[in-house]
Amino acid sequence: MNVLTNHAFFDQLIQNQSAIIKGLYLTAYISLTAIIIGTIIGIFVGLFLTYGYRINKFIFRIYVDFIRGTPVLVLVLSAFYVLSVAGVNLTAIQAGILALTVFASSHVAEMTRGALNNISKGQTEAANALGLTFSKTFIYILMPQALRQILPTWINASVETLKASTLVSVIGVGELILTTQQVVSRNFMSLEFYLFAGFLFFILGYSIERIGKYTEQKVSIK
Amino acid sequence: MDYILNFNAVWRDFDLLISGLLLGLRLAFISILLGSVIGLFVAFALVSRNKLLRSISSIYVTVIRNIPILIIILFIYFALPSVGLLLDKVTSFIFALTIYSAAYIAEVFRGGLLSLNKGLFEAGLATGMTAIQTNRIILVPLMLRSVLPALSNNFISLFKDTSLAAVIAVPELTYYTRKINTESFRVIESWMITSLLYVGTCFVIAFTLRQLEKRYAVPK
Amino acid sequence: MNNPLLKISNLYKRFGDVEVLHGVDLEVNTGDVVSIIGSSGSGKTTLLRCVNLLEDYQKGSIEIDGKVIGYKNKGDKLVRLSNSQVAKDRSLTGMVFQSFNLFPHLTATDNVTIALRKVQKKSRKESMEIADKWLSAVGLAERKHHFPSQLSGGQQQRVAIARAVALNPKLMLFDEVTSALDPELINEVLDVIKNLAKEGMTMLIVTHEMRFAYEVSSKVIFMNDGVIGESGTPEEIFKNPKSERLKNFLKSSKF
Repeated sequence: MNVLTNHAFFDQLIQNQSAIIKGLYLTAYISLTAIIIGTIIGIFVGLFLTYGYRINKFIFRIYVDFIRGTPVLVLVLSAFYVLSVAGVNLTAIQAGILALTVFASSHVAEMTRGALNNISKGQTEAANALGLTFSKTFIYILMPQALRQILPTWINASVETLKASTLVSVIGVGELILTTQQVVSRNFMSLEFYLFAGFLFFILGYSIERIGKYTEQKVSIK
Repeated sequence: MDYILNFNAVWRDFDLLISGLLLGLRLAFISILLGSVIGLFVAFALVSRNKLLRSISSIYVTVIRNIPILIIILFIYFALPSVGLLLDKVTSFIFALTIYSAAYIAEVFRGGLLSLNKGLFEAGLATGMTAIQTNRIILVPLMLRSVLPALSNNFISLFKDTSLAAVIAVPELTYYTRKINTESFRVIESWMITSLLYVGTCFVIAFTLRQLEKRYAVPK
Repeated sequence: MNNPLLKISNLYKRFGDVEVLHGVDLEVNTGDVVSIIGSSGSGKTTLLRCVNLLEDYQKGSIEIDGKVIGYKNKGDKLVRLSNSQVAKDRSLTGMVFQSFNLFPHLTATDNVTIALRKVQKKSRKESMEIADKWLSAVGLAERKHHFPSQLSGGQQQRVAIARAVALNPKLMLFDEVTSALDPELINEVLDVIKNLAKEGMTMLIVTHEMRFAYEVSSKVIFMNDGVIGESGTPEEIFKNPKSERLKNFLKSSKF
């Protein structure tokens, strides 16, 4: 099988284009959902980790450390199998999104905690001296600074979530990897199509990185 | 839900799980070791004055860091045979994880090299050492000590990635957990134990590395 | 004019096991400029920070304009008031910090307007006018759109002063505001404070700048080991110190 049979590759690509596009779409959909929901949850957990009562801090600390110490594959498989036995019937896609959301949230929680802790006490004191309440201090003074600090790390975590979405192929979700495997099982052009899938992921990840760098520039404090 | 926790099925095959975990550790160790050696050379290429070296290494790092490791594993195991490179499961996985680690570790090393005081290199040359000697005796040891925290984060991440070996049926922890489940269906217990094993191992690795950090890390 | 603007009575404060204020009494009338001097550890900064409730205290009371702030008595224990009440009490004073504490993500103007808009609920237009007025008063009109990172230390501290006085507090608190500045930048800040004093602002100033304290104050307090060691006019304190402690302190400072 000659690698340079480009003609055949492009033919196959066009023939299977709808399947691949579907796979790509599902990858994007799953990743985006997990990133968005995971970020929202993660920020709240990060808040508890920074400002919570001792008992809350402890519980969320355990949660974050446990999730971060578990491989994503185990999270995906657990979400799929454990929940069905426990009576919660999720489709494979839902289980996958759940696992990825939990994964993303643990990273966002940790970076939020780090960023908030990094802001000097003087900022809060100055805000307090001006009469700002906790919530106003948080919204107008602390979060704007924390979010700017988090941005590069958050972009990283988002790309990691995108890459982790490939693992839901193991529970049968038809995202890009599974789709590629199905295409390859028919035309045996494994080299070309795995490279192509890699290429697509590279484009996705690299774009996210570029957008992130651009955003960093735009919001940076001069 | 009338599911009563019963850990017997897990304890019965606990030795399998442990052997899987140990295999995972071995895979991680080998890949990270090889990856670090390669990563060191790539890091020097990233900061070298030679434009070609810089470009090639930069492309390598950028591309690998944006590709899911699962694709790399599947590519090496399923796609490479079609050009004549047929590797067994374990070797394929080690190959994949090594390539993947090297890219990440190279980035860490690059950061470390850049943060070194420029005068150190010249001081080394001034004592009569060649560039390579200066690098080997002065710069690299110092750089390694300064990047220990960042490195340990990466190592833990790479260890967790060994779970992916299960996807190509390498008998590591995740693979055995699935195997046990097909026989006993005690999924809650098995995944609970497996998670705890992973988390525990990560904790031990982190702890050990932190001790190393305390001894060897260079204060900023 | 009989009631003092600020009345501190029998104030005791502990940090854990260490008592840093052992019964401080102080009265400040409207228009007074009171400097607090003393060596580090004497409790002067802690005293200042109690006035705007950034530090808690265990015994005693602080009244501003006749109203007890921060705590209420429950039997013989002090109970801290709610966070919203504490925030309201803090609006009575304005504080300028040693490390400026400007909000780095906001321009000079926004640093000044943020509390005007969010705490005093003034309109954007009114807040901008007030900010313009005070930034001009401290000499930074052309820099009002700059970020703190684009300003020198002295400029940042002047913005910090504008930020605090723009809220029209009854009492201004200055916590060693020139200690973190390069020497050549100190005078621009001291000049601003002198001008505020001339306009009649009531001030409590913790400082190491003895000459400045001598020139600007109506009253000087020497703090020592958590109590007020000596107090009097600048003439009395600096030219005729009575206690040994104060004499030694003045000798070791560069007055």
